Amino acid sequence: MSVNEIGEFIGALLILTGGIASVISVFGLIRLPDVYTRSHAATKSSTLAVLLTLSGTFLYFWFSEQFISVRVLLGIVFVFLTAPVAGHLIIRAAYRSKVKLADISVEDALYEVLHKEENVEEDETGR
Amino acid sequence: MIETMLTIALVLFSATIAIAVIRIILGPSMPDRVIALDMIGVNLIATIAVVSIMLNTKAFLEVILILGILSFIGTIAFSKFIERGVIVERKRDR
Repeated sequence: MSVNEIGEFIGALLILTGGIASVISVFGLIRLPDVYTRSHAATKSSTLAVLLTLSGTFLYFWFSEQFISVRVLLGIVFVFLTAPVAGHLIIRAAYRSKVKLADISVEDALYEVLHKEENVEEDETGR
Repeated sequence: MIETMLTIALVLFSATIAIAVIRIILGPSMPDRVIALDMIGVNLIATIAVVSIMLNTKAFLEVILILGILSFIGTIAFSKFIERGVIVERKRDR
């Protein structure tokens, strides 16, 4: 096997690993009890799956056509920056719009803070 | 060998997208559906990368960037809509 074939094989192996990680994360999305635990499966592990796949694509194009794709690198950086931010924002919106926690949850650390904040927010919006 | 691995990965990503569609249909609250939609967008990026290897072309690599940007902006707009009720807010005290 030449160097190029080994590089292509490593790229394909990374892509296969990404596919397996993606299926594992979607099992988390369908099995976990409430939206706050589901967001862990949906943002963290699927970000890992996509990063593995895009890295495999980058390696494959590098070794098969000697083409260093800046677009794929930009895509990796962009997904890595934005997926956790999007997950945080949507979970913040879910908590603010009072989506219930699962019944087996032990503690809601923000409950006191949010209910003290409600009166202050009403004052601020009424200005 | 490489062809087989890429086909298996493509089948796995398609299964992921199908199960996320089930979560969109079931999902009891709106944020559940938005999270599943975000996951579909992210997995679509990976699917397009695999397809562009299998078709042996570099023309689809721009689609990765544009889908990433669109999925991010869509999730942010949905979260702002769920939290505030509007997407574009006006300043009242001018």
